[in-house]
Amino acid sequence: MDILAISLILFGLGLFGALTRKNAVAILMSIELMLNAVNLNFVYFSRTLIDLSGQIFTLFIIAAAAAEAAIGLAIILNLYREFGDIDVEKAALLKW
Amino acid sequence: MIYVLAAILLISAFLTVTLKNIFHCALALAVALLTLAGFYFYLDAPFVGVMQLIIYVGAIMILIIFAIMLTTRVGDRLLSAANHQVMPSLLAVIVFVLFGIAAIRKLDLVAKAGKMSDPIAGLGRELLTTYLLPFEVISLLLLAALVGAVVIARKD
Repeated sequence: MDILAISLILFGLGLFGALTRKNAVAILMSIELMLNAVNLNFVYFSRTLIDLSGQIFTLFIIAAAAAEAAIGLAIILNLYREFGDIDVEKAALLKW
Repeated sequence: MIYVLAAILLISAFLTVTLKNIFHCALALAVALLTLAGFYFYLDAPFVGVMQLIIYVGAIMILIIFAIMLTTRVGDRLLSAANHQVMPSLLAVIVFVLFGIAAIRKLDLVAKAGKMSDPIAGLGRELLTTYLLPFEVISLLLLAALVGAVVIARKD
């Protein structure tokens, strides 16, 4: 139970960072925090219910997170080339 | 023991989302990810813990630090790190956490007795039988993502 609460708070912190940060890399790091909170939950349930599926889901999530980080950083590099900055509030070309 | 780990984890996560210098944020995130690996070892998931160390602390952190170095000039003045939505976001997060706490309190989870017998061998067996298709799909996803990253980040 304690670990569920820890992962809940960790997810909350990540959510707060993703909502408030202006730097694109910082937003990416907050998203990683949220993904890790979910992983912690999966491993905890795997341990509590003595079922390996939770750990397998965690491995898949880690792989998806690696893909996400690679694509995200490529996009951030493009953003930097386009605007000379990675402030997400400046990337507002599609904003009406 | 677990509470010391939890304290380190939550403090470093808090620093990750609040520090102004983006490089310091990355270092705090590395500490948080290392602590999570400790949690996985504590929870009888040694393979997941090792993967956390190799992939998150080893690969993703390096990627993030590279991105920071490629996009931040050393002499840059540090702008305010947060946008104008701190209070609304804080409110939203607090409401979310309260709902989560209510859900956890209602949860009727009965811990099964005993330990997993040889989780690493079990993982290998499951990955190549029950989860064979997702396993192959995720490898394809990784390949596509890496090729895509190269194409997107290419100049011109």
